[in-house]
Amino acid sequence: MAYAIRAEGLVKKYGDFTALDGVDLEVPAGQVVGVLGPNGAGKTTTVRILATLMRPDGGHATIGGHDIVKDPVRVRQLIGLTGQYASVDEALSGAENLVLIGRLLGLSRRDAKARAAELLENFSLTEAARKPIATFSGGMRRRLDLAASLVGRPQVLFLDEPTTGLDPHARQEVWDVVRRLVADGSTVLLTTQYLEEADQLADSITVFDKGRKVAEGRPGELKRRVGGQILQVRPTLAADAAQVAAVLTELTGHSPAQDSGVLTVPADDPLLVAAVARRLDGAGIAADELGLRLPSLDEVFLALTGHAPAAAEAQPAAA
Amino acid sequence: MSTPTALPGRIGLVLTARHSFALAGRGVTRFMKSPIQLVDVILTPIISLLMFVYLFGQAMSGGDTDRYLQLVTPGVMVMAVFQASIGIGASLCADASTGIFDRFRSMPIARSGPLIGAVLADVVRYVVCLGTLVVLALVMGYRFQTGPVAALAALALLIGFAFSFSWISVFLGMLIKNPTSVQGLMTILILPLSFASNVFIPKDSMAGWLRAWSGVNPVSLVSDAVRGLLNGGPVAASMGGTLAWMAGVMVVFVPLAVRAYRKNAG
Repeated sequence: MAYAIRAEGLVKKYGDFTALDGVDLEVPAGQVVGVLGPNGAGKTTTVRILATLMRPDGGHATIGGHDIVKDPVRVRQLIGLTGQYASVDEALSGAENLVLIGRLLGLSRRDAKARAAELLENFSLTEAARKPIATFSGGMRRRLDLAASLVGRPQVLFLDEPTTGLDPHARQEVWDVVRRLVADGSTVLLTTQYLEEADQLADSITVFDKGRKVAEGRPGELKRRVGGQILQVRPTLAADAAQVAAVLTELTGHSPAQDSGVLTVPADDPLLVAAVARRLDGAGIAADELGLRLPSLDEVFLALTGHAPAAAEAQPAAA
Repeated sequence: MSTPTALPGRIGLVLTARHSFALAGRGVTRFMKSPIQLVDVILTPIISLLMFVYLFGQAMSGGDTDRYLQLVTPGVMVMAVFQASIGIGASLCADASTGIFDRFRSMPIARSGPLIGAVLADVVRYVVCLGTLVVLALVMGYRFQTGPVAALAALALLIGFAFSFSWISVFLGMLIKNPTSVQGLMTILILPLSFASNVFIPKDSMAGWLRAWSGVNPVSLVSDAVRGLLNGGPVAASMGGTLAWMAGVMVVFVPLAVRAYRKNAG
């Protein structure tokens, strides 16, 4: 299998703080890999090293077969980067930004303008093309940022938290763009703090925590690895919850978790659903919802790292 | 997918020049979009010239401000353009901390490109600065004593002088990464260069050691050269000394600045 990105034992230290503690990463060409982790997990550091913005203190990595430290100019010809903060010139208009990048990549003035117009059109930014970026909404900025990283038609695209700080609508827009890129065959390395985002976009997910890789696999595999399935019951009448809980405890030996009218309990026995259905039926309890599901990535993350993903720890911003 | 060997492994001089000019174009566009950035290079020369001629000139020349205007204009040009050249370190330092520089660093462009581009774009500031001064001086009664070729040569020398010395500011900007400190340091640095020069005071009236420094001070040399080119007089020696300073400063500070910029990325 051809790997677009291959990293072995990446280490990065900031003084006493170890941002990356020996990270391996392999991304097959044409795939989307989601790097998932809380603030300070080392996601951005990894992207900055792979995109040749900083050198690792240990380990090595190749992009498209070129070493990121020994051969950065070749690596830069293959990659596109959209950083956590808008990597466009706020003083210029959207069109001027894209033309500048095209010119820097060696396009003629005419070709650079044509490519800019094409990208602005694809990203629904044509109307705003001449306006200063200061007037752009968060979603428009991020779309322009994505467009800017695509001017050179990169084979490998790094998206560092592409939807952080966006409202749900703008997030959806960015997701649509990423899906289109993937359909075009780009290799994408996407970092995110949102489990849902990784679940939606990535072919496989690598979970980082405190500068280390703690798990990797397809979203479904990760969910299964954390332990079987979850039985979920939503009684029609909230008043029945206690009785349902008693039934579940009796049948599984675990006391169920309750959250807004839904009871969940680990389900090891495939016949459990039928057993629960019979008991509820016999007791005359109606349920709106009764079934098995895989654990959510939030539950996976909690199980893998021992803390919830939202619990962002105070770490240097650079990490 | 292109084969790995098809990609060039380094950026040559022609490409470096092309990248630098594209990035200089960005700088010029920014000036045109917010001309407020040019206010300092318009106001500083106006205030300096008016102050020197009508405030100090009155006292120093016993009321003959016309003669003093003729004498001091070339020196004020040097001071103003020198002053204009030190701002780049702070502005580049602020610019380099924004996201667009991350993008530049991830692109296959010359590492020196963003720095050369910024220094080139600042030539716009020098032109505005000198243009303002020339117009004001002419209105006040200044007259070029030599031909248009010599006058243009003087302006070109001033721009070249500012261009080369601005690399010191670029280096400090990349090294220190704090715009305010860079500006403060540069101001301290140009004080001894400006005041221990022959711009305001004739060399003969200085103490011995000061006179020795003033004789090799690049500000004195460029002032002599510009005076010669605009008012008439010998220029060969001062011009030679100025060009040597310009070359020396660039040989030392361009590589230092590029190196500091590379390290800046972490």
